[in-house]
Amino acid sequence: MTSIPTRVPRGRLRITQVRSLLGTVPFFAYVAIFLVIPTLVVAIGAFTGDGGFTFSNVTALGDAYVLDAFGRSILLSAVSALIGAVLGAVLAYVLVTAKPDGLLRRVVTAASGVLAQFGGVTLAFAFLATIGLSGFVTVFLRDHLGTDIYANGVWLFELPGLMLVYTYFQIPLMVIVFLPALDGIKPQWREATESLGGSTWHYWTRVAGPLLAPAFLGSALLLFANAFSAYATAAALVSQGSPIVPLQIRGALTSEVVLGQQNLGKAMALGMVVVVAVVMTLYALLQRRTAKWLG
Amino acid sequence: MAGVRAQRVRRQRVLRWVVLVVLGVFFLLPLAAMVEFTTRGDGNTWSLLVDWPQLSATYPDLADGIAASLEQALLTALLMLVLLVPTAVWVRLRLPGLRPLVEFICLLPLTIPAIVLVVGLAPVYAWVNYFLGGSSLTLVFAYTILVLPYAYRAIDAGLSAIDVKTLAEAARGLGAGWFTVMVRVVLPNIRSAVLSAAFLTVALVLGEFTIASLLNRTNLQVAINLLGKSSATMSVAVSLAALVLAFVLLLILSLFGDRRKASR
Repeated sequence: MTSIPTRVPRGRLRITQVRSLLGTVPFFAYVAIFLVIPTLVVAIGAFTGDGGFTFSNVTALGDAYVLDAFGRSILLSAVSALIGAVLGAVLAYVLVTAKPDGLLRRVVTAASGVLAQFGGVTLAFAFLATIGLSGFVTVFLRDHLGTDIYANGVWLFELPGLMLVYTYFQIPLMVIVFLPALDGIKPQWREATESLGGSTWHYWTRVAGPLLAPAFLGSALLLFANAFSAYATAAALVSQGSPIVPLQIRGALTSEVVLGQQNLGKAMALGMVVVVAVVMTLYALLQRRTAKWLG
Repeated sequence: MAGVRAQRVRRQRVLRWVVLVVLGVFFLLPLAAMVEFTTRGDGNTWSLLVDWPQLSATYPDLADGIAASLEQALLTALLMLVLLVPTAVWVRLRLPGLRPLVEFICLLPLTIPAIVLVVGLAPVYAWVNYFLGGSSLTLVFAYTILVLPYAYRAIDAGLSAIDVKTLAEAARGLGAGWFTVMVRVVLPNIRSAVLSAAFLTVALVLGEFTIASLLNRTNLQVAINLLGKSSATMSVAVSLAALVLAFVLLLILSLFGDRRKASR
């Protein structure tokens, strides 16, 4: 990892270079142990069985329950990303039309920065206190309006509940990542559209829309990856069953492993990395396209 | 023309308030619900929370978790600084060719979900257990990796704002050793960057659950989750307290960042 040249150094330049490299040894050694090795453990473990190299872990990903988990994970991430992206974009637009240095904009961006980080156990408990079985809203609606939000079954601990809870950190994240793109829109473009006889409809569909589309898609992809890799919120909320991939991995890590499937957890982990990597690559490509006009 | 624009401004204002009110309710409702939830009944949840001896007697697991999280946050911030600041400065001064590699490595954890990292960390921590025991403080190693992207960006931005090379050469020319250069010349100049990296680290570590729970160690979030199974009210109260703490930390950070930008 530390790539110190093994050749005998000749001349002062080489010696100082080697000495310089020594200064980075602690960092690279640390990263090798706690980042590179774990990554390799996942990547190699996914293809390792009892008798060495095998594809059986990866082919086990084709099992119905694993495929279902991936399907539900992708559905959850896609829906929460879509809702988060649309509502977040509307909120960001509202902020852009407000005073640039006004109190409103500063407070909402600061709050978004905080709420985008807000996930995990505390978020799960916040929603339990709100729409749990004895939560504030649940009780209020039942006692005062006579409506039972769980008349058709308790959905909070299932996929619809997760979608709602995930939206809570997806919208603020969208505001943070989409705001710079909206700021890049120049008022002159709207004036140019108007002086050429274009209406508001023309402006949004022919000018601002196409310009913002890559940024919007890219941000939505980032939200997707964010939801796809989230674990803590779901873990705290869902205690029975493992509807989504991260919870399946929890099952593989904590329960007694089925013989011959010790490395299925690693294969699922690798599958997650592949999905996230594909999404993030697309994000990077779209980001480059966005930078052309709105950078 | 002016009439059209005035009409648009008016429409935008209406839309703004509609959106803000609707989303404001969505975001504030859970927080309000937490307050309502924890003040039901005899209402001594909050008085218990501020009474540390009483709290640790009633909920020893929770007290352990809080203590563990605070220690982890402190140590992670320290280890992150010791590991990252000298390396970042050194690479800038002597090995500019390595900068893209260091940056790539530091940003790598962003693309590896924590749940994936924990799968790979399990065997590594088998060794950590062997050498250092199963203390919750050993989580600091994994947390330092988790905070690398955020800490690196903060520190790198701080270093970009000053002329490290000139400063270091001037100090060296006056006879300072590398240690003096780091501690007495570079560090004071990137104070605010170091501070924001440390704040982010603390906020992240206080909210970490995935790795701690799956490596069978304790911290605040694990303790809250455990408490949720026996005492819902108390667990919601601690959640709210932890949340408010994180809010304050990150709000200070963002206001601090604003001021830095404004003064530049």
